[in-house]
Amino acid sequence: MVYPTGRKYTKEHEWIQTSGSTGVIGITDYAQESLGDIVFVELPKVGTELAAGKTFGTVESVKAVSDLYAPASGTVIEVNAELATSPEKVNKDPHGAWMVKIALKNPKELDALMSAADYEKFVAEEAGH
Amino acid sequence: MKRMTRKATRHVNQNEGLIFEKSSAGKAAWKLPPLDVPEVDTAALLGGVERKDLGNMPEVSEIEIIRHFTRLSTWNYAIDLGMYPLGSCTMKYNPRVNEAVARVEGIANGHPYQPERISQGALLILKTLSECLLEITGMDAITLQPAAGAHGEMTGLLMVRAYHQSQGNARKKILIPDSAHGTNPATAAMVNYAVENLKSDSRGMVDIGALEAQMNKDVAALMLTNPNTLGIFEQNIHKIADILHAKGGLLYMDGANMNALVGKVRPGDFGVDVMHLNLHKTFSTPHGGGGPGSGPVAIKKALEPFLPRPVVVTKTDGTLGFDYDRPQSVGRVRAFYGNFGMFVRALAYIQANGPDGLRQTTEDAVLNANYIRKGLEGTYHLPYSTPTMHEVVFSDKLQAKKGVRTMDIAKRLIDYGFHPYTTAFPLIVPGALMIEPTESESKEEMDLFIEAMRSIAEEVEEDPQTVLDAPHSTRVSRLDETAAARKPVLRWKPTA
Repeated sequence: MVYPTGRKYTKEHEWIQTSGSTGVIGITDYAQESLGDIVFVELPKVGTELAAGKTFGTVESVKAVSDLYAPASGTVIEVNAELATSPEKVNKDPHGAWMVKIALKNPKELDALMSAADYEKFVAEEAGH
Repeated sequence: MKRMTRKATRHVNQNEGLIFEKSSAGKAAWKLPPLDVPEVDTAALLGGVERKDLGNMPEVSEIEIIRHFTRLSTWNYAIDLGMYPLGSCTMKYNPRVNEAVARVEGIANGHPYQPERISQGALLILKTLSECLLEITGMDAITLQPAAGAHGEMTGLLMVRAYHQSQGNARKKILIPDSAHGTNPATAAMVNYAVENLKSDSRGMVDIGALEAQMNKDVAALMLTNPNTLGIFEQNIHKIADILHAKGGLLYMDGANMNALVGKVRPGDFGVDVMHLNLHKTFSTPHGGGGPGSGPVAIKKALEPFLPRPVVVTKTDGTLGFDYDRPQSVGRVRAFYGNFGMFVRALAYIQANGPDGLRQTTEDAVLNANYIRKGLEGTYHLPYSTPTMHEVVFSDKLQAKKGVRTMDIAKRLIDYGFHPYTTAFPLIVPGALMIEPTESESKEEMDLFIEAMRSIAEEVEEDPQTVLDAPHSTRVSRLDETAAARKPVLRWKPTA
């Protein structure tokens, strides 16, 4: 799997793509693959404040319920409502099926995250199983 | 399928629809005698709220009801049919002596509203069971009220919160290892604590360095399962307790795996402050759909004022009774005094085994799990080589190379006549196969199980599709669990 460049990645397997002061957040292909078939995505409401590294929602698969961790701090300005009825989109197109858009509070936070190449290396080690 | 030796071959499963589909108007399974009191005008009494139409209630005869449920029962798998190796669940045999005692007339027909003076026998059962459980756990006081393990966890954490409040600060968070039962973080959240994850080390135990770094005066308690969900005994348990206690925190032990410790070591002696027991696991009372469960919570002296009320006490005249005068109590957590029928069964199990017998069940449970570990090591990948106790966790790493995952192997196991093991848990092992035979199984049954698991591993190499499409010998084959979760059909509607 090739992870799109021009995005940043977390150790908890979220991606974030920025344009200006807006950040778009989703989960990676590795995340959806390990979770298995996703049956429910629970996302915050518009206006919610996210804090970097803290949970902001959950994804439920046939195996388990997992937390979503915010790659950066900011205010939710848009939520992908489509995922409420079609959670399978996260399995089919994880890098296209975004979850929330946020107004970034401190874009510098992104410097601490991984590039696509670093993330790929990280995943290869974690998947050593 | 050359090696396929089966505990089970196909047997006749009765097809059966929904009971609603058998309904036809006017059929009934009962007949009432003629009315011998004056008829009441219900419409006049109830006015507009009287209900005549009961909606879609099935109207069927007695034999149709009997056949309906008897046919459905042919779809069941039960511990009385064979090994039920669900790891972490402890699906042990429910000895018949428990049932015999529970059916003794005075016990079976007792009523919770009987006055205390004619409930002395029932109260003595509560008292004796409490004393046995305190002896086994090494704790100081106990409540039997909680109706299951997670309910016990909640009751325990309510007492933890009440204790800290009495010290002037309820504190903010609960530490939970990444190998914990999923109910632990859920419980902490229910009791309004934040959850902080604690990493395991490479041996599968609590990382002492991480615990030291994360422990501070905001931490109310650590919720620890010991032995943990990998079946590994936390060897640093004394140190863990000391780290907690040094900063005023409490050690909560999830006693779900107490069946590995009974008669050997006592949590009260290794620093535990609060713990729950699962009578439906360790003490052989019915489990799952058959339940109900029971989750007593045992505590150290310092938490005693906060016990749920009522508490069983010996009164000044020597008789037993309930004490409701407990001003610091967290309150009642269950109607009456919990699931009394389970107390009878658990006490029967404890007394039928006696101290030596209980110690023997612990040894047998650990021996059985290690027999299976030895039998399947190499065939399935063992992610942690640390010695284990009452259960063993493999991963599907070797089989995943052929595209076969833990869920597929579990489904194939059904064809061999066994209930599946626990899949995909604990979460720290990707693709986990979690196996717990309990002390109930004979060597012969375990040999059949090991042979079945080896045979499946061979199938994965030679003919993975057979495993991927399993089960084959059941009434229905692989179900679409994803569709069932995404688009659940929760209600039957008559076809017009």
